[in-house]
Parts: sequence; C-alpha cells; structure tokens
Amino acid sequence: MGVEETLGDNIITTSLDAIVNWSRASSLWPLTFGLACCAIEMMATGAARFDLDRFGVLFRASPRQADVIIIAGTVTKKMVPVIKTVYEQMPEPRYVIAMGACACSGGVFDTYSTVQGVDEILPVDVYIPGCPPRPEGLLYGIMKLQAQIKKERNSFGAAIGVGERIAG
Amino acid sequence: MSVQAVVDKLKARFGDTVLETVEFRGETTVMVKKEEIVAVCTFLKGDLGFNFLTDLCGVDYMGQAPRFMMVYQLYNIGNHTRLRIKAPVEEADTTIDTVSDVWATANWMERECWDLMGITFNNHPDLRRILLPEEWEGHPLRKDYPVQGPDREPYQGRLQ
Repeated sequence: MGVEETLGDNIITTSLDAIVNWSRASSLWPLTFGLACCAIEMMATGAARFDLDRFGVLFRASPRQADVIIIAGTVTKKMVPVIKTVYEQMPEPRYVIAMGACACSGGVFDTYSTVQGVDEILPVDVYIPGCPPRPEGLLYGIMKLQAQIKKERNSFGAAIGVGERIAG
Repeated sequence: MSVQAVVDKLKARFGDTVLETVEFRGETTVMVKKEEIVAVCTFLKGDLGFNFLTDLCGVDYMGQAPRFMMVYQLYNIGNHTRLRIKAPVEEADTTIDTVSDVWATANWMERECWDLMGITFNNHPDLRRILLPEEWEGHPLRKDYPVQGPDREPYQGRLQ
C-alpha cells in the first residue's frame, strides 16, 4: 500500500511569520566574498564533500542577491570601506557571520593594520571560532543562523511594511 | 667577473665613497655614501652587469647613528652573481636619491619603503603610499611606532 498521496485533501495551518522565516532560513544565500585563508575552508565547505547546496546555501556573486555575508578572514583597516560598501549593497534582511579567529577578534594579528574583530564595523549574528574553523564548524554556524532566523517575529509584517522585524 | 673583482672596480672608481666592505658566508656587502648612490648604481648596472634589482628596503637601527640603512640587493643575470649595497641615512635628514631611473622596478619598492619606513626619495616620479590607506599617518615599520597602532593602549601582558 504505502503512501499514495503525500498530503491528500488536507489543510495546513501555520503563521505567516513561520512561513516567511522558513523560506528565508531555507534559502540563505551568502555573498561570494573571502578575505584570507578562512575563505579556502569556506570554498571547501561549499564543494562536493561538505556540499552547502543541500541546505539551500548557494553562493551569489552579487551583494544585491545575497542574504548573508561570511567574513572569512583577516579584516584589515584598508578593507573596511570595501566591506561596508558591499554590506550596504545587500538587501534587508541581511546577516553577518564572522568566520574564524581573525574575523571574531583580530586573531593573532594584534597590530596597527588589523581590525580587532569585524563586530567593530558590522552587526555580527554568528561567531565561529577556529583558525581556520573546520567545514563542520562553518556548517554548524550556518545552521545556528538558520535556527535564529526561524525564531524571528513579525517578519511577514515587516515585509509588507507593518512594524519592525524582531530578531530571534 | 667574480664579486671580488666587482668590489675592486667599485673601489677604484669611487674611492672614498666606498665606506666599508664585508664578506660573510659568501655574501658580499658594500657600504657607500648615500650622496653617490645613483652614480654607484648606474655604474653597477651599466658597466658591471647588475641588471636586476632583487629588492630594496630600509632598516631602522634605532638608538644607533646613523639610524637608518638603505639596502639594495642586486643580481647579475648574466653571470649569476649577487651583491648587496648599503647606504646609511641620518635621522635628521631621511632622504636619499631615487634609483628608479636606473632600475624601473625601484619605483614601487621605494614607494613601499617610504610608506612603511618613512625614507623620502628625491626625484621619485610618484612617491605616495602603496600598501597603507592614503590617509594613514606615520610610518609603521619604524621602531618607535606603536605596534598595535597609536589609538590603542599598549599590550601589558596577560599576567598583570
């Protein structure tokens, strides 16, 4: 016998916020943007062995199409205006993942030329420690961000211009 | 032509301009007066075949006089010999003539040296910062520049 119809003549009840959150969390598109060696690990996470695509995470080449920016590597002071510009080009809602020790805190580069953590210039949602983090670490961070997005409130209202989105 | 022959020719040509010659583990270093650096380099490239400037950099010997030292690493592609030229630069007058007319590659190397070490190159065609942002103040590779930047408290050690 088995299942002949997946849903049949049924109805599903849910909240509009939940369906917006579910779709956002399930198609979290990061910007193709790497700064240092963490970017190599980020590419490995996107490639066949770890395969970010199965989470709906597809790298986009334009900030206009991206939902999340993964700061993968050392942020130098010279790079700050570039990162700010790219971030401001992303449509809202937008998220920031600080990947690796350098993006979280400056890492070993406690020097005049290095920003001591990207949270000095951008609002960071998820910090991933490691030097560099393993691909599993980045996957875990992305899943943490997905869980956070699913807890947001009034996301539908904010999308149609009623009120503000309340972070999860 | 061996490196020793090169040194002999330099001494014969420039005399008192050659301050010191050091040989250590097969590497030859010739220290010259900075006023004659362009003449020395032109002679080395044109007559002695050192047609490749491998690197050019500055050294900060803070606490000693003269404080700065310009270092030119030369290579003769024709007969595979290397030579190091040094020129002392006083702290009171941190200028030296550019050698970018001798080796064009010195253009960017001298920009880097000015950017990080603060040595000014006379007659340089385009002396501006190359690594740091344009609005940066100071020259970070100088020994008296705070390593964590001028706007931060210096690191006191973790066991305070």
